[in-house]
Amino acid sequence: MRFAVIVFPGSNCDVDMYHAVKDELGADVEYVWHDAESLDEFDGILLPGGFSYGDYLRSGAIARFSNVMKEVVKAAEAGKPVLGVCNGFQILLEAGLLPGAMRRNESLKFICRPVELKVENNETMFSSAYEKDEVITIPIAHGEGNYYCDEETLAKLKDNNQIVFTYNGSNPNGSLENIAGIINEKGNVLGMMPHPERAVDELLGGADGLKLFQSIVKQWREAHVVKA
Amino acid sequence: MYKVKVFVTLRESVLDPQGTAVKNSLHTMNYNEVSDVRIGKFMELNIEKSDRDVEEVVIEMCERLLANVVIEDYRFEIEEAVAQ
Repeated sequence: MRFAVIVFPGSNCDVDMYHAVKDELGADVEYVWHDAESLDEFDGILLPGGFSYGDYLRSGAIARFSNVMKEVVKAAEAGKPVLGVCNGFQILLEAGLLPGAMRRNESLKFICRPVELKVENNETMFSSAYEKDEVITIPIAHGEGNYYCDEETLAKLKDNNQIVFTYNGSNPNGSLENIAGIINEKGNVLGMMPHPERAVDELLGGADGLKLFQSIVKQWREAHVVKA
Repeated sequence: MYKVKVFVTLRESVLDPQGTAVKNSLHTMNYNEVSDVRIGKFMELNIEKSDRDVEEVVIEMCERLLANVVIEDYRFEIEEAVAQ
């Protein structure tokens, strides 16, 4: 399985993402620049965190119109796993691949610390290696992670079991219903504010994020590797 | 040539944490008559005349990029700029 880490001007978690996939997960991965014409050769698409285009106008608003995003939409439509972390999540929201929008954190502060998450749905290609209701620790680092959507959208998210991760205990940013990560209806596009790629090594404080990447690979293998 | 002023604010139904902080600050300064503050963005665009209706073009740009209509409202003013 081959992953692409999309690099926008201003991405700054691309190296962490690359490291998590290559060194900790042990899968093929390549950096792909924002003006790339094709993602056909990749099986999984990773949109890293950072401040694409300096967060000008709104987080993710400019990146959403970069060339490669047409290809990301195509990959999403083809059913390939697409993961957006932090700014990557914001870009997926702006692109309309996920519903809702981000507001400034309720405290107006940039928050950077490990938080507890609860796995609300472990029946997705991103969360199958976790137990349902498992509590994991993953770092957050954002100023705009206060998720919002209208009531109708929220009801739909709940009905379809699209809320994958919630903040456990205290909510760091004021997000609706403690939402930390949501998936699209089809189940192949996940956006989350916490950084699983920063939690892949016990030596660096915890490895709870690794199972997310392992889930993706497991699902892909089951779907693609021909059984002997 | 048109000069277009675009105002983008958070929707009424969406809590504006920046606006709330500024309101609280104004109250601390004894401006207790302030009942609400909403913080938004102001953009000025110079748009060349084309065969498309300028209002239609501005609405399209607002919907697609300048505002995020999930959480933001926008309004605009169009002035015809006098040639220098």
